[in-house]
Amino acid sequence: MTTVNDFASPVRPTWCTGCGNFGIWNALKRALARLDLAPHQVMLVSGIGCGSKLPDYTHANGYMSIHGRTVPVATGIKLANHGLKVICTHGDGDAYAEGLGHMMHAARRNIGLVDIIQDNRIYGLTKGQYSPTSDQGRVSKTSPWGSFELPVNPIALALAAGATFVARSWSGDITHLTDTIASAIQHRGYALVDVFQPCVTFNRINSYEYYRPRVYKLQEEPGYDPTDRIAAFQRAQEWGDRIPIGIFYQVEDRPAYEEQVPALKAGPLVKQPLEKLRPGQIEALRAEVI
Amino acid sequence: MTTNNMTIRLGGAAGDGVESNGAGLCLALARGGLHVFGLPDYHSRIRGGHNFYSVRISDQPLYSHEEPVHLLLALNEETIHRHRDKIVEGGAIVYDSGQVQDLPLHRKGILALPIPLSEMAKEKAGTELARNTVALGVAAGLTGFDPAPIESVIRQNFARKGQTVVDGNLAASEAGYQEGQKHAADFPFKLKTIPDAPPRLVLNGNQAFAMGALAGGCRFVAGYPMTPGSPVLEWMAAHAADYGVVTAQVEDEIAAINLIIGAGQAGVRAMAPTSGGGFSLMVEALGLAGMTEVPIVVYEAQRPGPSTGLATRTEQGDLWFVLRASQGEFPRIVLAPGTIEQSFEAGWRAFNLAERYQCPVIVLSDHFLANAIRDVAPEALDFDAVTIDRGELLSQAELDALEGDYKRHAFTESGISPRAIPGHPRAVYATSSDEHTEYGHIEEDAENRRRMMDKRMRKLEAAVKEMRPPALYGPQDADFTFVGWGSTYGPLREAVDRLNAQGKLANMLHIVDVWPFPTEPTAQMLAAAKRVIAVEGNYSGQMADLIRMATGHQIADRILKYDGRPLSPEYILENVTRKA
Repeated sequence: MTTVNDFASPVRPTWCTGCGNFGIWNALKRALARLDLAPHQVMLVSGIGCGSKLPDYTHANGYMSIHGRTVPVATGIKLANHGLKVICTHGDGDAYAEGLGHMMHAARRNIGLVDIIQDNRIYGLTKGQYSPTSDQGRVSKTSPWGSFELPVNPIALALAAGATFVARSWSGDITHLTDTIASAIQHRGYALVDVFQPCVTFNRINSYEYYRPRVYKLQEEPGYDPTDRIAAFQRAQEWGDRIPIGIFYQVEDRPAYEEQVPALKAGPLVKQPLEKLRPGQIEALRAEVI
Repeated sequence: MTTNNMTIRLGGAAGDGVESNGAGLCLALARGGLHVFGLPDYHSRIRGGHNFYSVRISDQPLYSHEEPVHLLLALNEETIHRHRDKIVEGGAIVYDSGQVQDLPLHRKGILALPIPLSEMAKEKAGTELARNTVALGVAAGLTGFDPAPIESVIRQNFARKGQTVVDGNLAASEAGYQEGQKHAADFPFKLKTIPDAPPRLVLNGNQAFAMGALAGGCRFVAGYPMTPGSPVLEWMAAHAADYGVVTAQVEDEIAAINLIIGAGQAGVRAMAPTSGGGFSLMVEALGLAGMTEVPIVVYEAQRPGPSTGLATRTEQGDLWFVLRASQGEFPRIVLAPGTIEQSFEAGWRAFNLAERYQCPVIVLSDHFLANAIRDVAPEALDFDAVTIDRGELLSQAELDALEGDYKRHAFTESGISPRAIPGHPRAVYATSSDEHTEYGHIEEDAENRRRMMDKRMRKLEAAVKEMRPPALYGPQDADFTFVGWGSTYGPLREAVDRLNAQGKLANMLHIVDVWPFPTEPTAQMLAAAKRVIAVEGNYSGQMADLIRMATGHQIADRILKYDGRPLSPEYILENVTRKA
């Protein structure tokens, strides 16, 4: 059995005391240990931002890429070695600003990734500009008059794009977050986990105290059916005094992208032998152009 | 009478099947034992406009098209207007009398043949679409070429459309052939099959590169369609299931390069084909591959910029762009093949270089090389020479024997750090686009930064030693030395041949290995040359500037072309005469 300690890295986090990233980090390690996954079986992929440093603090395979490109890098890794559990951890700027297009296409593809968004609804590492998930009217260094844009609705967008697993959790409830991430890791296909992550330095509005009284669990709602896409869309619109968390939507009737690629029927691409072409193959290629 | 030395040009609107018939004619001629060079010229549209395809034919190997036309097959009137001035004395225009009433031809010495191509097509094949087939039949009749190879190509190309379509096109071709034969006595340019000629492959640069890449172990291709690079993605997709290749058409070129970086990091030989516009989107991630030392191959088939430029035409304008693209400094390798053979070789060699030096490799092609068709001997695609050298990649046994924490970016004398494919319990590591330690951890320490930069850049010291010097073609001593790179090879080689045939001593230096630049041998070769002229398909002479930067040698004489059309032997010679 692997344990949480198997994922301990010698590098200490540089996150602020009280940062919501600690909760996400701990929940992820717990979920991996619960599923008995070893560090070498996991690939953590991130972009740029406070949350994207998570792979540096975790003993597992990891690749910290550039801002907004977490999902395409992870897609390449998954297609090259679908034996790995490929898990993205990146922030709302990475995922929903520069990377929003990639998220939508990953959802359409149903590529087998877990996409954990450390959604603090502010830009932290660049010190306090508003983000795509900031509320409209948010006053920040780049929106001194209050932002004009509506916030993106990642749950509704993922549903619209055809995601087969759409969930939300938050850093203040490690048990719920661990359960949600564990479910995402076991899912067949693309799994979005949007995580409310309080930023104690630059977002004094969306704090632990803000979320705690507002969030409620969809699993505890009588009759809630996570295979009902329309119901999921309706819950995705709820915002304000009551904010749903949990698995909004999950179906496994669609094959993952990697299951459909002909070349991957023989197993992970990287495990397939890399040899020179055989004489018969060479003759066949030449014959195409004679 | 001239035998086996002519150019046939087929012209019409987009949608008339000009390109497929031009390529089909090339294949038929090569099956008849002749050498061919086929050049498509088309507009960026699906229907209408003006497309043409030139097929040059010889009993000697060909490396270039030529500008004079001996037989023009005009499927519409515009073709006549655009190309009649290119027709040589004694040449002919075959045109569709159903479409053109009065031939607007004002030159004597050209045979004008009004033939009801559409009507014949409809009668024989049941569709006017087959008029290009009729026209090819006329060409065979006029030139006295054996119709059998043309029929074999018709059978092959129309097979998937059913026997009725095959028979219709065979009948259309036969009718055209008979019509052409009636006028054969008036047409002095003849084509004769060479009976015992060895088999020849007929392909373009894109196909050759894709084949070379597959032979070299490319197993992952991601791309977004863009002329003229996308046929490589299409070719790989067509072969994906049979050869175990993963291909993915993704949302943009940013995704494409990041996918191949992911695949490269995971241990698979990966490539993204594109053109300059797509490469522009890839620029940031190119630096990611450089920083994290991930082997990737980017195939950049240039077209004229800036911006959309001339979408279906050619230029060599991206040289400096690919040399310096992305912020900061990191090792990269740039190859610019110039022929079918070199494109094939670059296909597999790029992957070896990428893995040996753990860095991005860019293969620069262009629309001309990517699309022009040439025949080569089967051995010219030298599969025997292909090697798969994965560089310092740790084997399973070496991974099993690892002790202590694995250092992905270990400081070594060569700068190359033994690479572990993620997935082994003894080589668990994370690396970063941030500056990092030997282990891959994010690190801002000044001393570490300096050492890590030195380590990465040091890889070029070994790489430059395996960069090939410019290849000399022509006599050792010459009055004129041309310097070319990439696709200028063919037209330049022919210009050199023609000058030498005229008694003027000329040679050429052709550069394939562009970066790291082979400075020392190039400087020596240039120092020994008398009069040096750079020949490039761009506005400023980017290679000449690079040579000056690397060697200090200023090449003031430059023959440049930036009208979107490829260099031709005639264009080069005309400019030499003007300069001399």
